[in-house]
Amino acid sequence: MRLGRISLTAFTWLVAILFVFPVIWMVLTSFKTEADAYTDPPKLFFTPTLEQFAGVFERGFLPYLANSGFVTLISTLAVLLLAIPASYALSISPVKGTSNVLGFFLSTKMLPIVAAIIPLYVISQNLQLLDNVWALIILYTAMNLPLAIWMMRSFFLEVPKEMIEAARVDGAKLPTLLYRVVLPVVAPGIAATALICVIFSWTEFFYAVNLSAARAGTVPVFLSGFITSEGLYWAQLSAAALLASLPVMIIGWIAQNHLVRGLSMGAVK
Amino acid sequence: MAEVVYAGASRIYSGSTPVKAVDQLDLSIADGEFLVLVGPSGSGKSTALRMVAGLEDVDEGEIRIGDRAVTDLPPKDRDIAMVFQSYALYPHMSVAENMGFALKLRGMSKEKVRAKVDEAAAMLDLTKYLDRKPKALSGGQRQRVAMGRAIVREPSVFLMDEPLSNLDAKLRVETRANIAALQRRLSTTTIYVTHDQVEAMTMGDRVAVLKDGLLQQCASPRELYDRPANTFVAGFIGSPAMNLAKLPLSEAGVTLGGFTVPLDRDVLARAGELSEVVVGVRPESLRLVGDGEDGFDLVVELVEELGADAYVHGNAGEGQRIVVRVDGRTPPRLGEKVRVGLRELGELHVFDPQSTKSIAQSSQPQ
Repeated sequence: MRLGRISLTAFTWLVAILFVFPVIWMVLTSFKTEADAYTDPPKLFFTPTLEQFAGVFERGFLPYLANSGFVTLISTLAVLLLAIPASYALSISPVKGTSNVLGFFLSTKMLPIVAAIIPLYVISQNLQLLDNVWALIILYTAMNLPLAIWMMRSFFLEVPKEMIEAARVDGAKLPTLLYRVVLPVVAPGIAATALICVIFSWTEFFYAVNLSAARAGTVPVFLSGFITSEGLYWAQLSAAALLASLPVMIIGWIAQNHLVRGLSMGAVK
Repeated sequence: MAEVVYAGASRIYSGSTPVKAVDQLDLSIADGEFLVLVGPSGSGKSTALRMVAGLEDVDEGEIRIGDRAVTDLPPKDRDIAMVFQSYALYPHMSVAENMGFALKLRGMSKEKVRAKVDEAAAMLDLTKYLDRKPKALSGGQRQRVAMGRAIVREPSVFLMDEPLSNLDAKLRVETRANIAALQRRLSTTTIYVTHDQVEAMTMGDRVAVLKDGLLQQCASPRELYDRPANTFVAGFIGSPAMNLAKLPLSEAGVTLGGFTVPLDRDVLARAGELSEVVVGVRPESLRLVGDGEDGFDLVVELVEELGADAYVHGNAGEGQRIVVRVDGRTPPRLGEKVRVGLRELGELHVFDPQSTKSIAQSSQPQ
C-alpha cells in the first residue's frame, strides 16, 4: 500500500516535471546569450542577460502584442455577449429541438479549419478584410462560440430552478432575472469560459498566419518570424515566447481564485 | 387580503399519454384562512399550489385571487409570495437584500425597503443576521429568511411549498408553531403544501386531501379525522393509520373475528345490498380485553413504545394486520396472543368497498 502510494507520487512528479520542463527551459534560454543557448551540452549555469528581451522589442514586438490584445479582448467580449443569452435559453427555458441546436453548434467544430481556409481567404479578400484585425475578431468569435455555449450551458444547468422561480415571483423580468440573479451565481463559470476563450484566441496561429501579415499580425505570427533563412535565434525566440505567454499566465493566475469558488453555495438547503 | 378560488382548474402534462396532475379542482379558500394541501407524492398538491403562483399553466378552468381572474397573469402580477422547499435564497445577496429584493424591483425607495426589512427581521428574529450571506446561516435561519422574503411583500396570499421538510425534527416542530402563529397574526390567506399529515392537522384551518390530482376531501382537521369521506382519507390522516378491513355484512352488523358488531339501522339501510363493507377503526378505538369478552385474537408482531402509549402491531388472522394503542407501561410481549375489543361500539367507520366512499361514520359520542 505504502509502496504503491510512494511510486504514485513519484510518477506524478515525473509527469509534472516532464510537462513543465519545456517552459522552464524556455525561461532559462530567454536569459542567455545566443552563444550560450547553442552550447552542447547545454549550460545550466550562465550569466543572465536581458539583451534578448531588448532585441525582441527592437524587432517590433509591440504592434503584434497590441493586435493580439485587441483581437482577444474584443472577440472574448463578443463571445460572452452572444453565449450568455444563448446558453440561458438552451438550459433554463429549453424548447423542442434544443438538443438539435446544441448538436448543430458542436458540428461546426468538426470541420478541420484547414478545409475552410480557402473560402475564408476568398471571403476576406472580397470584403477587403485581409490583414485586418476585424477578420480575426470575427473568426475567433465564431471559433469559440460553440464551446463557450456548451460550457456555459453546463453552468446554467446547475442554477437551482426554484431560485429562478423565486425571482419570477419576486417580480423580476427577464433582463433583471438574467443579470441580477442568474449571472452573479454563475459568475465563476463565466470567468472560466472567458479564460478559455482568451487562451484560444491568444494562441491561435492558423487563421492569423494565413489572413494577416505585418499590419494585423498577432503574437504567434511574430514568433514564427524567428524561423528565418539565416537560422534560428533560440535565445531571442525564447524571450519572445516568454513575453507571449506571460499575459495568459497572469490572467490564469488571477482567475483561478475566482474559479474555485463554489458555484451556488447556500442557494438551496 | 383575498380569497383564492380554484374553479374546475386542471393541469394536464401533455405527452404520449397526457397526465392530469390536477384534475378539475374546485376549492375556495376564504380570506385569511390557512388551508393545507396534503397528499402523498404525485398527488398534485405542489402542482396545485404552483398554479396559484403562476409557475404552472392552468389548462382547464380558472383561478381567482380576490375578485381577479389570474389564470393568465404572470407570477409577479398576482400579488402572491411563495416560500420554497429549498428556500431558493439568492446566494450572492445578503439576508437584507434577499428580503428586500422584491420591494426594490417594485421601485420602492431604499429607506422604505430598509424599514420594511427591519420590521420583518425583528418579527423573525433575524436582525443580527441581516448583513450575512445565506451560506453563513443555519438551516433554520435560512428558512426564516425565506419566510421573511415572503412577509415583507405584504402579499394577498402566501404560498408555502413544504417549507419545513429540510429542517430537523425538533426545529420543524418549533417552526411549525411559529408559522401558524405568524399566519394568525398577519391573517393573510395561506396555502400550505405538505406531505406530513401532522403538519396538516396542526396548522390548517382546513385541510384538503389530494390523491392522483383529485380532491378527496376538504374539511377541518377534526372533521377529517372523525369523518373521513373515503378509505383513502381514512388511511392517510392519523398516525398510525386507521385499521381498515373488509368484513362480511349481515342484518345485524359486521362480523369481526368471532363476534358481530351491531351497526345503526340507517347505516345498514345505506349499505343496501352490499354483502361486504370496509370497516375502519382507529388504533385508539381498540383496546385489549379479557379472554371471554367480545373481540378478536391478535398475534403480536411488533410493539412500538412511545412512552405514554405503545402501539401493538399484530396479525388478526388471514394476513389482516391491525394496530392497537395500549398503555405504555404494560404492553404485551412479542409473539403473545392477545384479545382485542372495541372501546366504544360507535367508533367504527364503514365504507363501500367498490366506491371506497364512506357509508357512515358513527363516531359521534353516544
